Amino acid sequence: MGLRKAALRKAVIFGAAVAAAGFVATATVQAQTPGPNDQFIAGLIYRTGAYAPNGIPFANGIADYYALVNARDGGINGVKISYEECDTAYATDRGVECYERLKNKGPTGTAYVSPLSTGITFALTEKAPIDKIPIISMGYGRSESRDGSVFQWNFPLLGTYWSAADIIMQHIAKKEGGFDKLKGKKIVLVYHDSPYGKEPIALLEQRAKMHGFEFTPMPVTHPGVEQKATWLQIRQNRPDYVLLWGWGVMNSTSIKEAAAVGFPRDKMYGVWWSGAEPDVRPAEDGAKGYNAAMLQHGAGQFAVHADLKKFLYDKGQGSAKYDETGEVLYNRGLINGMLGVESIRKAQTKFGNKPLTGEQVRWGIENLEISAARIKELGFEGMLQPMKVSCSDHEGTRAGRIQQWDGKKWTVVSEWYESDDKVIKPMVDAAAKKYAEEKKLTVRDCSKES
Amino acid sequence: MLGAFLETLIGGLLTGVLYSLVALGFVLIFKASGVFNFAQGAMVLFAALTIARLSGEIDNKEVHLANFVVAAAILGVAVALIGWYAWREYVARGAGPDERRKMQMLAAVGALVGGIAAYSYGKGAWPIWLAIAATAAIMGLLAYAIERLVLRHLVNQEGIILFMATLGIANFLDGFGQTLWGSDIYKINLGLPKDPLFLFENVFPGGLLVDPGELVAAGIAAGLVVVLAIFFQKTRVGRALRAVADDHAAAQSVGIPLNTIWLIVWTVSGLVALAAGLIWGAKLGVQFSISLIALKALPVLILGGFTSVPGAIVGGLIIGAGEKLSEVFLAPVLVKAFDLAGGGIENWFAYMLALVFLLFRPQGLFGERIIERV
Amino acid sequence: MLYREAGQFKTTYVADQQIFPILQDRMFVLAVIVAAFLAVPMFASPYLYTEILIPFLILSMAAIGLNILVGYCGQVSLGTGGFMAVGAYAAYNLWLRVPEVNNLIVVFLFGGVMAAAVGILFGIPSLRIKGFYLAVATLASQFFLDWLFARVKWLTNYTPSGSVAVGKLEVFGWHIDTPADRYLLILGLVVVATLVAKNLVRGHIGRSWMAIRDMDIAAEIIGFRPLRTKLTAFAVSSFFIGVSGAMWAFLRLGAWEPLAFDINRSFQILFMVIIGGLGSLLGSFLGAAFIVLMPILLNQLPGWFGIRMSTALLSHLEFMVFGAMIVFFLIVEPHGLARLWAVAKEKLRLWPFPH
Repeated sequence: MGLRKAALRKAVIFGAAVAAAGFVATATVQAQTPGPNDQFIAGLIYRTGAYAPNGIPFANGIADYYALVNARDGGINGVKISYEECDTAYATDRGVECYERLKNKGPTGTAYVSPLSTGITFALTEKAPIDKIPIISMGYGRSESRDGSVFQWNFPLLGTYWSAADIIMQHIAKKEGGFDKLKGKKIVLVYHDSPYGKEPIALLEQRAKMHGFEFTPMPVTHPGVEQKATWLQIRQNRPDYVLLWGWGVMNSTSIKEAAAVGFPRDKMYGVWWSGAEPDVRPAEDGAKGYNAAMLQHGAGQFAVHADLKKFLYDKGQGSAKYDETGEVLYNRGLINGMLGVESIRKAQTKFGNKPLTGEQVRWGIENLEISAARIKELGFEGMLQPMKVSCSDHEGTRAGRIQQWDGKKWTVVSEWYESDDKVIKPMVDAAAKKYAEEKKLTVRDCSKES
Repeated sequence: MLGAFLETLIGGLLTGVLYSLVALGFVLIFKASGVFNFAQGAMVLFAALTIARLSGEIDNKEVHLANFVVAAAILGVAVALIGWYAWREYVARGAGPDERRKMQMLAAVGALVGGIAAYSYGKGAWPIWLAIAATAAIMGLLAYAIERLVLRHLVNQEGIILFMATLGIANFLDGFGQTLWGSDIYKINLGLPKDPLFLFENVFPGGLLVDPGELVAAGIAAGLVVVLAIFFQKTRVGRALRAVADDHAAAQSVGIPLNTIWLIVWTVSGLVALAAGLIWGAKLGVQFSISLIALKALPVLILGGFTSVPGAIVGGLIIGAGEKLSEVFLAPVLVKAFDLAGGGIENWFAYMLALVFLLFRPQGLFGERIIERV
Repeated sequence: MLYREAGQFKTTYVADQQIFPILQDRMFVLAVIVAAFLAVPMFASPYLYTEILIPFLILSMAAIGLNILVGYCGQVSLGTGGFMAVGAYAAYNLWLRVPEVNNLIVVFLFGGVMAAAVGILFGIPSLRIKGFYLAVATLASQFFLDWLFARVKWLTNYTPSGSVAVGKLEVFGWHIDTPADRYLLILGLVVVATLVAKNLVRGHIGRSWMAIRDMDIAAEIIGFRPLRTKLTAFAVSSFFIGVSGAMWAFLRLGAWEPLAFDINRSFQILFMVIIGGLGSLLGSFLGAAFIVLMPILLNQLPGWFGIRMSTALLSHLEFMVFGAMIVFFLIVEPHGLARLWAVAKEKLRLWPFPH
């Protein structure tokens, strides 16, 4: 018994010491509960786990944009944003727990959710219609969820994976001199073995059928640190192009392995989730020449960053370091925050300047239209193309470009492409129809929506 | 075809050496204390993070002042404690409580001075050798903490309880390391060569690809294995370790202090974790995922036997080569035959290989024969 | 005083062989079950249902399954996640392909039976492989099954993403829509499963498992066939785990991918069994409660006290405290929470008098 007591005492002291050290080290005390006139927004983000290096800049971008709106404009038309993060560690069950915990917080519940994980998006897609909370899955999620008649609550704004794959294929075709030149070529997809990585396969198979190139998908198991066999196979099969659909450490590992087997990096094309600084920096010189699709924006600081500096960073209130605010994923977080805020603003025109429910915000997203003038006004000129969301098109825009890493920074190397709706639309319709049938859903008639 | 085969084989063997290195950490601890230490992966991560953050480009990332205070203090305490411990063991065996208290005071002062010195120096990036040395000290301290706070209280428990305790330690270390050092991606720069080598280009079309970085890493690993083997076979401590591994009670009765031995073993496996962390970290960048490397070492363990150092090495080579060959040559066949959505068989193939092997030799390749008495 | 068994005489064999021979135990368990069925639905919020009660109940069942294998039969397994996946995907395929069978109970039982079959297959090596070698060898099943469900397109009905979803569930015409419906269905199944498990472990089969656990050679000599005994343990254990996997997929997730049943799930359930207490059904429940609740609690605790800290720090602290607590519990009570409960009962026997 004495031994046990001693052990107990020790463990308690130890635990207390550790907790105290942790608190003192970085805890920032800022008690913050959403007030009765605040618009609550839940942040399902990740700053821990295997994908933290990519999750952190994105989370910083979102948090900073909301903070900017509060500091600069005093909220959205006077309605302050109350934002709370919950760390999902990119795990689906933790993400769902976070969602359930935060969905009803604040006066009206969360305005929308952006889980930054295709797996969590899949899980929440089942819950959204019941809870009436829209999902903004900007550049990820189910590709067919662009069809708003079936997926009323999903908004894969700015592009789906099928759009991404199509834009990359158009760029490759252009380099080769037309789609007809792709006949007989070998194209390999190295993908993260999860719903995320599998999404583009359907489109690429379709394109392969259309143009007669040989398409081989090659899975890489989570977290993607062991890819030697994959790249040895690539070396032996000598494909003409390699497409990369990775996330987190898998991206940099792929690029390193490509360098190690001598596969030319300028024949490698990543999706927009494989085209940020944490992906190329660890590979150092090996990443030079590597290409990636852009989700509209690239790296760099724009007009909005000046506001961030003035209202947040000069006062020491930013979540990142100011130098890092021009990074690709940080900028993506900013845009995600901005689209959310603009949707709420749009919804306020119909429902009034007060905290809105998810259902009301859903209407705002569906009727969101951002013109070039508005983009400039918001300080996002150069980061975004004009876009318009509608019932039948939850994507808003299908434009994208290709960027290349020159060893120091990303440079844009292509014109704007637009994914080909002649190819994608029938696939979206078929997949959405299958989903609706499996789930026995009633389909909205978009032609009757105003 | 032969070229492709050889190339895959070489790549697999080189990867296998790195698996061996992780497996070695498991074997050392299992041999001396019967603990199946699942925290080995977390230790690899912790060591790699420490090295990377002490040596890395701090100016580029946010400097966590508190982190450095803590790190410097840990370093100081570690240096002082190890000094004190060595002094007690080898100089002052008969020291009374007064001397001991004096030494404790001295250690505390040393920790303070060391901490202040380390901190003021630590504002810039440390040279890699100093970071490695400091990390080695920290791993020693960690071993001490684990022995003192956990293992000592779990003497004579069943294996599975000890195993679960190490899972708890792994959880703790993952959180602790990332709290201290952050969870971004960090670099360790060992200056490993990166450009691929192509051998025998006149024999095989395209040559045989060898990654020189891996070659160097494998060399380091092999060197470490030799050092460990000498340590085990030739030194006094090594003999004591083997004695404990053979029979705890008998070793104790001839005067070998069990706790000290455990401390040494955990320190050594901490150093093995350091080496593994260094190599994997330089290869992949340091971030959370390298703690999952531990899973790769498990089939090596059952193939080679939990208690055999040569088993860990040979097992690593077999698993490394086996999984790469299966992935490159078997997976495409399976995909064609069963219309699968891609290959990726290497994850389970290693386990299946080990499992099938075990059916014929349940104690592993070099494991000790299991003798059962009723 | 209140908890006193003196004076409760057993006059028949039936009375002597009751599951809860002591009146107070019977009353208590009955009260808990009644409360769970009637009182909980009166006040529970959706969050309490979906994130606490439902995961707790489903994982309790998985823990009971694993406890049968590890705690009663002494065969350490790290392949629980894989067997849960078998249950989930088998159930999914029956539900999808045979629309006539839209009764969830049948669907779940099918998942359990398939998991049992696979369990037997992967249990065969246990005859030759023991201890940690077996534990690591069961990882083979974990990784192989994970791979199988990610790769064989037919099993996921050729969905391009490999993620499958279910909807419009019903049991005997009862539509399972709300969290309360799901909770009640799960509760019912778990109560029945626990009853079955309790009767199994205290009967002939359970005794044969324990004989094998305590000393397999001796058990063989007194006439238990090791292969058959071990395989029944694998089968029964996998059945429970398979049913819980199907429930996890259908009633907790709704849409899932193989990652929902990865190796972390295996470790999580093993934690439950060890923390709860090896060879104790009560322990399975206590362990599941501990492992489900603790991370959620640790994550929310600072918020309740008005302390806001960075999300990353919060998660890291959660990891650290969780790890420290595991170690702490193992040191203080290596026989698990169930043992603490037994000690508490001992105390109750005398309470409120000191002697």
